[in-house]
Amino acid sequence: MNVNQVAENLALSHQEELVDLPKNYPLSENEDEGDSDGERKHQKLLEAISSLDGKNRRKLAERSEASLKVSEFSVSSEGSGEKLVLADLLEPIKTSSSLATVKKQLNRVKSKKVVELPLNKEKIEQIHREVAFSKTSQVLSKWDPIILKNQQAEQLVFPLGKEQPAIAPIEHALSGWKARTPLEQEIFNLLHKNKQPVTDPLLTPMEKASLQAMSLEEAKMHRAELQRARALQSYYEAKARKEKKIKSKKYHRVVKKGKAKKALKEFEQLRKVNPAAALEELEKIEKARMMERMSLKHQNSGKWAKSKAIMAKYDLEARQAMQEQLAKNKELTQKLQVASESEEEEGGTEVEELLVPHVVNEVQMNVDGPNPWMFRSCTSDTKEAATQEDPEQLPELAAHEVSASGAEERPVAEEEILLREFEERQSLRKRSELNQDAEPASSQETKDSSSQEVLSELRALSQKLKEKHQSRKQKASSEGTVPQVQREEPAPEEAEPLLLQRSERVQTLEELEELGKEDCFQNKELPRPLLEGQQSERTPNNRPDAPKEKKEKEQLINLQNFLTTQSPSVRSLAVPTIIEELEDEEERDQRQMIKEAFAGDDVIRDFLKEKREAVEASKPKDVDLTLPGWGEWGGVGLKPSAKKRRQFLIKAPEGPPRKDKNLPNVIISEKRNIHAAAHQVQVLPYPFTHHRQFERTIQTPIGSTWNTQRAFQKLTTPKVVTKPGHIIKPIKAEDVGYQSSSRSDLPVIQRNPKRITTRHNKEEKL
Amino acid sequence: MQWPPPWRRSPLVSATPPPGPTTGLLRPRRVSEAGDSSTEGARTGHSHYVTPAESAMERRSQPFPSLRPASPTNAPAHGRGSDCTAKEPPLANVCRQNYGAAQDPVEPAGRRSASHVTGSSLGKAEVACGRRWRWAELVANSSWSPAGRATEMKVKMLSRNPDNYVRETKLDLQRVPRNYDPALHPFEVPREYVRALNATKLERVFAKPFLASLDGHRDGVNCLAKHPENLATVLSGACDGEVRIWNLTQRNCIRTIQAHEGFVRGICTRFCGTSFFTVGDDKTVKQWKMDGPGYGDEEEPLHTILGKTVYTGIDHHWKEAVFATCGQQVDIWDEQRTNPICSMTWGFDSISSVKFNPIETFLLGSCASDRNIVLYDMRQATPLKKVILDMRTNTICWNPMEAFIFTAANEDYNLYTFDMRALDTPVMVHMDHVSAVLDVDYSPTGKEFVSASFDKSIRIFPVDKSRSREVYHTKRMQHVICVKWTSDSKYIMCGSDEMNIRLWKANASEKLGVLTSREKAAKDYNQKLKEKFQHYPHIKRIARHRHLPKSIYSQIQEQRIMKEARRRKEVNRIKHSKPGSVPIVSEKKKHVVAVVK
Repeated sequence: MNVNQVAENLALSHQEELVDLPKNYPLSENEDEGDSDGERKHQKLLEAISSLDGKNRRKLAERSEASLKVSEFSVSSEGSGEKLVLADLLEPIKTSSSLATVKKQLNRVKSKKVVELPLNKEKIEQIHREVAFSKTSQVLSKWDPIILKNQQAEQLVFPLGKEQPAIAPIEHALSGWKARTPLEQEIFNLLHKNKQPVTDPLLTPMEKASLQAMSLEEAKMHRAELQRARALQSYYEAKARKEKKIKSKKYHRVVKKGKAKKALKEFEQLRKVNPAAALEELEKIEKARMMERMSLKHQNSGKWAKSKAIMAKYDLEARQAMQEQLAKNKELTQKLQVASESEEEEGGTEVEELLVPHVVNEVQMNVDGPNPWMFRSCTSDTKEAATQEDPEQLPELAAHEVSASGAEERPVAEEEILLREFEERQSLRKRSELNQDAEPASSQETKDSSSQEVLSELRALSQKLKEKHQSRKQKASSEGTVPQVQREEPAPEEAEPLLLQRSERVQTLEELEELGKEDCFQNKELPRPLLEGQQSERTPNNRPDAPKEKKEKEQLINLQNFLTTQSPSVRSLAVPTIIEELEDEEERDQRQMIKEAFAGDDVIRDFLKEKREAVEASKPKDVDLTLPGWGEWGGVGLKPSAKKRRQFLIKAPEGPPRKDKNLPNVIISEKRNIHAAAHQVQVLPYPFTHHRQFERTIQTPIGSTWNTQRAFQKLTTPKVVTKPGHIIKPIKAEDVGYQSSSRSDLPVIQRNPKRITTRHNKEEKL
Repeated sequence: MQWPPPWRRSPLVSATPPPGPTTGLLRPRRVSEAGDSSTEGARTGHSHYVTPAESAMERRSQPFPSLRPASPTNAPAHGRGSDCTAKEPPLANVCRQNYGAAQDPVEPAGRRSASHVTGSSLGKAEVACGRRWRWAELVANSSWSPAGRATEMKVKMLSRNPDNYVRETKLDLQRVPRNYDPALHPFEVPREYVRALNATKLERVFAKPFLASLDGHRDGVNCLAKHPENLATVLSGACDGEVRIWNLTQRNCIRTIQAHEGFVRGICTRFCGTSFFTVGDDKTVKQWKMDGPGYGDEEEPLHTILGKTVYTGIDHHWKEAVFATCGQQVDIWDEQRTNPICSMTWGFDSISSVKFNPIETFLLGSCASDRNIVLYDMRQATPLKKVILDMRTNTICWNPMEAFIFTAANEDYNLYTFDMRALDTPVMVHMDHVSAVLDVDYSPTGKEFVSASFDKSIRIFPVDKSRSREVYHTKRMQHVICVKWTSDSKYIMCGSDEMNIRLWKANASEKLGVLTSREKAAKDYNQKLKEKFQHYPHIKRIARHRHLPKSIYSQIQEQRIMKEARRRKEVNRIKHSKPGSVPIVSEKKKHVVAVVK
């Protein structure tokens, strides 16, 4: 018996029944049906004989053949303990190609896993329990909505009966009803006369006819169309009404302008498309112009205009209004011109405006307006603007610097570098990618080499900037005097201390001075009084600036009521803030933020005021019983005499001293009435979340004294109603519309169901 | 409209009818009659307002037309007569007009409407009336002349149509015209508050819950059972093995059975009410007929099952002929068989009670002396889950309206209401007893339950409150062993150690018997008022006040002190240890030791 044969046998057995191999113990029996050769039969015979004496196993073990491990039984009681691996069996078949199907089946067998050991009893029970529990809780969950409903019900009437039958439709009631009284008969007569429907299809014959006249779809479409039209109409109406209601003159002006523009556009188009029509249009416009010219509509000759003319002397607005009207007249009466000319003019002005830098304008506005926040944003704007100008030049500059070995002084470049430095601190994030290449080297350089010059340069720069501002201002307002500008220009150094003075805080000043000690500048030795003297000397010169400076001084003095005053940096120009930012930017930012948050808050003063008011309010009031005109003359403009008043004024007794008399930062209310407090709820009761809610429930009366009978009944319905003498059964699934389980509750593992049937029979007898 | 409204004007002006000598005795307000004399004319410048009292007087006067004065000289006499009528006590229907609102001390009488005037300000009006009338007579006498007759005065009057306020028959409801404008009722809240206070006080005054004591047992009453079909029938088993059937309406015992030797451990009725089951210390389960044996027949059980161990409890299925007993294990029995259909066990300790779920009837709950509560599913013949509490649970009771809710009466003085789907946290811990809770039973409405305790009291708890709303006790009532809430939810029965069964009202101050609709309305209103103002300190105090026997009272104090000490200790421990190292366990979770799957 060789290996091949055994394998073949195995394969055959698999062909016949496709069960997994390890379980397939009685292999030998199946083999009978397979093809048989001599050897096999012989083998079988041997087997049969050996099995006769019952020592089958032992004999097997005793076999000393080489093929022990692959015996037909595939189990050896005492083998080497190795597991039989399917691969071992498969090896020999690999060569034969005819057994493809067998191989496939074997592969399938291979994929199957070995059955695990059964769990112990406790574990199995636990699993059973868990499954049963989850099932049961699922079953129970169907009660959730019912229980919730019952809990929230306004009223529960026990025993929970079945629901009341629905009210029968009127037709049913009518069918068994006859008109008896004369009134009823009369009514019915009327109804019948008008062919009003009495019973079910509540339609008159006319309605029926109309229904039949149009098909349903048609009618629907028609109706939808009508509806749409109506909706649109109403929408437009509403819009028009709303627009009409708008009182804003400006809005109407804008609308008018828009319309005019649109008309013009249309006209242009018309000119291109249809010149004749355009000509007509033109004529129309011309005509309108003529009409305008003929009328005196906008020539300040109306009643309104005259009244305005009187006012115009004093009232700027009136003057403006008049001018506007005149302008309008001019516009209307003007002959149509070629559009290009005016455009050119406008362009020119625009260019002019553009020439003036944007920043300057804004700053000027700031100077006018006292709003610090605006100013803040504006200063940053200026910086940003400056930086935006800078970066274009930056790279080359940096390159210049690097090449020029740092020590070289170039004022313009220096300025720019400085600018860049603080801008870099300010908004590093923004332009980090832009400056990445050039900055590190250059900035370091500047720091190292010209750290001393930095400040001086900065001062110079700030001075220049300031000058610029002023000059711009003067240019813009055209009020500034020329000599003033001239005086300012030659003395930039003089202005420096002033600038320093302008910084808002003493601290910064000192710091600056400290920094200044390192400077090679001469004015570092300038004592402060001198600075002030300079300032005072300067003030007469600089007319418009003087009051502002005074204000600033005040602010410096008033630093202690930091909270109350508006932020002192109201008017300081860009430069001092820049210096400051160089020093302690973060701190400043923080402070600024706080200031912004509590702008205009004076908590302490408010509290004191509040307390004063509370004290006043709690003081007992005098009673004035004076009757004017009693015992003396009375009338309009006459007051009762002082004597009378004194006589009839009942002075209120001085109350007991307030409990918070000696506590300046506390208000103790003395309104609380102890006697009433005993009857008041001290703590908000549980289900309420706000005292308002609670108060509202209390304030709604429920008595019949304040409610109608019906409302009273409704308000006083008890939550649970039970009827005496009625047995209340537990809630049932059928009662609430669920199907009760059809299965009996008896255990599944009943031993003999026959008995149960007999039991049922007996039960009936009971 | 006139201002001030008539009822606010002083009675001197408004309520006095201006009489004239020629006018009818009590009909002074007809225009033609009123304008007789000049003095009257002057007075009738005021508009006149008729109060119902007057109209009533008027109506009464009509049968006596002969009283009309024949001559002016008679006038004084009649004036006196009119005085008398005015001083008559107000008529019944006049007074009754005020019945709608309960008369309470703060209610400013006569402020609201004309009908109110009659109530209390009538007396004043009468007095004023009397004076006025006399004065009017005098004037009339002096100025009586034909010339006076000739003068015609224009009189402004308010006239009222009696149809608006007089009812057609006396069976009709009284019309009480009211103006419900809230602006006119500034004192709504205080008035209702006082009413609520009064209602609360009255509730306490009428709180007499004890109805009857049923005596007859010769040993402590160990178990009680309700008849499922008959409200009046109650069964009880005693510690000497005696079972008695009681009639509650007659308050007597109708049948006595010596059912077991030793204790009757459990008793339950069949769902149809034809028979009942008992288990006793003699290891038997017996089924009895509800009706007594015929004359001369011996008292014998229908069936007797002899078991191997003692059964400690029994409960019958709510729909089928199956019952469950407990002892060493939970057995499910078919009524006709001597062996259990199935036995379910989990652990090895004696089970003290078993209860069927009344809604999902295949569910059972049991509690064992090893501190656990086990739930079973009868269909699948398997336990479901087990929860172990701090101490032993004596019994459980399922909520008859909420399928998954049950309450367990525990030895640690508390009751725990569980949702059986989430056993790890009780829905509510009910604490008020000061000794072990021995029994619990739900009201059939499922809103409340009653618990019997070893501390000789029974308490009624709302399902959703942790504190009891009521405590019942009497001097003679000893440890209460069993308690039942009757199926109409009106009464409570409790059986105690000292051999009595006591019958209580479930609602202590409820009036028994049929209520008229007005009584019912008043009851509902009072109830709502009490609810509305329940948070007010005075009302709360009165509503909560109960007299307790000294033993319970002192025990409560003691418990409070102990609890406070424990709490303080816990707080201190949390305070002085690393944050988070001492877990904060809620009261609900504190008592659950474990949930076993």
